[in-house]
Amino acid sequence: MEIARHWRLKEQRYNLVGTACPKCKQKYFPPREICPKCGSEMNTGYAFSGQGEVYSYTSIYEAPSGFEDTAPYTVALVRLEEGPLVTAQLTDMGDTQPEIGMPVEMVTRRLRSDGDERGMLIYGYKFRPLLK
Amino acid sequence: MSKKTEVIITGIGQIPVGEHWETSLRSMAGKAMRKAIADSGMMKPQALYVGNMLASTLSKQAHLGVLLTDFSGLIGIEAETLEAGGASGGSALRQGYLAVASGMVDVALVVGVEKFTDTIGPEGESALATLTDADYESVHGLTVTAQAALLECRYLHENQVPADGLAGFPLTAHENAVGNKNAMYRKPISLETYQKAELVCSPLNLYDISPTADGAAAIILTRREFLSSRYQNPVIHIAASTVGSDTLSLAERADPLWFSSAQASIEAAYEKAEIKPEHVDLFEYHDAYSIYAALSLEAAGFARRGHGWQLAADGAIALTGQIPCATLGGLKARGNPGGATGIYQVVEATLQLRGQAGANQIGDAKTALIQSLGGPASVAVTHILVREDE
Repeated sequence: MEIARHWRLKEQRYNLVGTACPKCKQKYFPPREICPKCGSEMNTGYAFSGQGEVYSYTSIYEAPSGFEDTAPYTVALVRLEEGPLVTAQLTDMGDTQPEIGMPVEMVTRRLRSDGDERGMLIYGYKFRPLLK
Repeated sequence: MSKKTEVIITGIGQIPVGEHWETSLRSMAGKAMRKAIADSGMMKPQALYVGNMLASTLSKQAHLGVLLTDFSGLIGIEAETLEAGGASGGSALRQGYLAVASGMVDVALVVGVEKFTDTIGPEGESALATLTDADYESVHGLTVTAQAALLECRYLHENQVPADGLAGFPLTAHENAVGNKNAMYRKPISLETYQKAELVCSPLNLYDISPTADGAAAIILTRREFLSSRYQNPVIHIAASTVGSDTLSLAERADPLWFSSAQASIEAAYEKAEIKPEHVDLFEYHDAYSIYAALSLEAAGFARRGHGWQLAADGAIALTGQIPCATLGGLKARGNPGGATGIYQVVEATLQLRGQAGANQIGDAKTALIQSLGGPASVAVTHILVREDE
């Protein structure tokens, strides 16, 4: 079990907190400590709005362990409105087929289960079609 | 670099790629190593560099360097493992090259080995997924195949490529593997077979994905001054060895559809070898997925952005085409044994340059370009091999 590891990422998983460069203002998710653009050190958190659109997507039929029960599932690259791309599952799709450009918003869902019924449940961000 | 310090490939060895249920990792590697040593005229290696990606997970075995020297009668020599994801083989070759070129090592043995069948099912997928960003990719169920699928989905969309537009890559690979007795799938496939294949990770179907498999391949490197006067084969030297890198995760790229590490390392290699793309007689690209082949052709300057797929559709990558690729089956049909893959590429390119590629021989091949990718070109290791006329 990787308890500390998942706990450590709580700000990212639940609140989509990345970093913003104090110098060039570029925003990053996930957080980085050095701005790849200007080389400045970054230690200011930045919470993304969670609004974005689908940049690309794929449905996975051969799942790795921890995901067998949910296959097939759809993973997307979502272009956040602030700029960065983020890797996440699409959820609450109902009969909606994913497509490039589809507006989506962040929600919190169970990402995976670690081990058996005594194992850890890991929660974090997924994206659903924008509610009208 | 002066002629004197040139690094020469004097020995090559490989075992067939496939499911070797009856053979252990150490035995597979040992066989390839002995073949390479024998092919070199029994040169005595002073160092072993191992290219391996996932033995710690797949076989619960780390510390491969001494495992292999110990098992293969080489106790006492320097030994270590290089890991750079799918480019581990290319990375081990690079290490061997650096050691020999620097003069610190006179004869180096480089082996690539991967033992996928020690772990089967979802655990194998999970092991591969450790090559992605654990905190921000695999925890969302992203797999290495899904990374390629995300790229292909966007590529098809941006470039208005037909759904079967990338078929030419696996079709060519399978056709070329027929003539390679070490290949995993020695059967041609038809366009219709491709079109009807089941989706594994949309839009990728079964034939867009190279099969992971067991394999081991090895080479011997030395400097010209140590070449025996009885050396029989044409002399093949490494004219360039370069590495480029990008972000580990796909999402953090400014431009995911451009393999910038592949471009950077290839451009540096062209410059180092003092050649241009039109001088390349064959390109052993890293076709782990059809889309990687297309993007690699674009990064290498053989096609304009968004047009790499057309080289496959037009037959330009066939053995008789303008830029033959995957000449002995590539990752798709020879098979993709992880950390061994980069060494298979070198062995195959050496066979081509020596004129020993049999039915698949490219006429008078003199210059070979080889590229080994880790992830979606998160790292790109490029080598140029040249046959010397004399």
